[in-house]
Amino acid sequence: MSTRALRVWQRNFDSWRRFYAASLTGNVLDPVLYFVALGYGLGAFVRPIEGEPYLSFIAPGLLAGVAMNTAAFENTIGSFVRMEDQKTFQSILMTPLSVADLAAGEVLWGASKALLASGVFLVILAVTGVWGSPLEILNLPLAFLVGVLFGALALCWTAVAPSYDFFNYFFTLVVSVMFLFSGIFFPVESLPGWAAAAARALPLTHAVSVARALHRGEAGPELLPSVLALVAAAALLLWVATALLRRRILK
Amino acid sequence: MSDSVAPRGAVVEARGLLKSYGGKPVVAGIDFDVRPGECVGFLGPNGAGKTTTIRMIACFVRVDAGQLLVFGLEPARGARAIKSRLGVLAQEDALDPDLTVRQNLTVYARYFDVPRSEARARADELLRFVQLEDRAADPIRILSGGMRRRLALARALVSRPELLILDEPTTGLDPQARHLVGRKLRGLRHGGVTMLLTTHYMEEAEQLCDRVLVLDAGRILAAGPPARLVEEHVGREVLEVRDAADLPAEVLARLTALADRVERSPDAVHFFFRDGRSPAPALPLLERRSFTHRRATLEDVFLCLTGRELRE
Repeated sequence: MSTRALRVWQRNFDSWRRFYAASLTGNVLDPVLYFVALGYGLGAFVRPIEGEPYLSFIAPGLLAGVAMNTAAFENTIGSFVRMEDQKTFQSILMTPLSVADLAAGEVLWGASKALLASGVFLVILAVTGVWGSPLEILNLPLAFLVGVLFGALALCWTAVAPSYDFFNYFFTLVVSVMFLFSGIFFPVESLPGWAAAAARALPLTHAVSVARALHRGEAGPELLPSVLALVAAAALLLWVATALLRRRILK
Repeated sequence: MSDSVAPRGAVVEARGLLKSYGGKPVVAGIDFDVRPGECVGFLGPNGAGKTTTIRMIACFVRVDAGQLLVFGLEPARGARAIKSRLGVLAQEDALDPDLTVRQNLTVYARYFDVPRSEARARADELLRFVQLEDRAADPIRILSGGMRRRLALARALVSRPELLILDEPTTGLDPQARHLVGRKLRGLRHGGVTMLLTTHYMEEAEQLCDRVLVLDAGRILAAGPPARLVEEHVGREVLEVRDAADLPAEVLARLTALADRVERSPDAVHFFFRDGRSPAPALPLLERRSFTHRRATLEDVFLCLTGRELRE
């Protein structure tokens, strides 16, 4: 990755600045809706999990889930519009920038929006008194990492997508499955044995368990394997996304 | 071909350049050079391989076989260095609809690492150059086709390229916009910018290009300065007689005897005359008939080399 990836990020930022109100509304409202409906609404009927009130149990997982959703959306629909409808990628590749710069810049942008959404979410936690330990602030870099990982995965999908309809598979089979079965709403151990094993293999499960540990202030070296696995998956997926995008664009 | 000797320091040097799609050669092993300060035109019917060649030079399409050097570098290894010295006006404008007119230039300049204050100065200068200075803050979607094309030209120039590649710079423009773009391109050419362009407007190529290459089905059929190609392939004058089906045989014979070459098509007969020959003695025979007597042009060369049949 070169500093030229930053040029792509800056282009997306310049575009976002012109229309930020609509985009920011979604970034703020989305987590608030989940938080109120599931935390306060549903939480009123659910007994404490692992000794924690339900709202406090789901808060860190939701933060990771929101980061995933934001980046997944940005690097599927957002990137696809730039690639196909607007021919932005084509124009960028007529400059010194390479496909690798382009892919990295797009993923960095998706991760930045994930960071923004998670930041809003943390503010909500602070205001509503659900903020956990001082380590909670480390959920921001975690959200960025989650954003890179799922942004890169989304960009792989974009690179092979023939049309917008193709993203339905991604959101149903990948994003929704992760959102529901990565331990955000219930411990994965409550699933049947085989399903729990499968759930533990999901990347978002690792992110959720790290987020929850940071929320509880229980962070220790036992988190390291999960964090390293997330970093490795993010790097690998960015590499794959670059290769797929190169195959699609440079004939 | 006439230009087989590669001069040192050629901006573009192609030898046996080949590109196939699905086993079918689109560019079938062509040789050409573009020298510093030169304006070279690629002419050819749709599907001739013009855009593919341009895209190989712009490092957007891989070279299958043969050699291609741009600024002495191979696209496969030196793409970044090559692209930092190129300005490309693609067939599709591909302007950034999320940005304003002026931002389209400043953001593009940033891809080339042009410092911000310099980028702004260049953007303002180029907006004046393409006469869009009143539109600086406008969104792209309200611009007319001609304005978009001018903005795309300005964008291709914002990095101060050493080689400007223009793929059909004036296609789809109204005559006013076409003349404006043509004037701007001539200005750039006199300023010493090396240019490589494709066009379907033969008059444009004749006015703008030092040399043209006529391509068809991936091969170069002819290459040279426009005036020389006209002289070599069709001569000096053309007599075009329409509705020639009932042309009396003796008139036809008289004209054929005067001409160097005769070409029949379903709706007309063309007689070509080289230097020193003329249809003048036979013109009184064509009284009350529909005919045109004119100077031979590059379009005659083009049609003579590539035929009059539709290609698609």
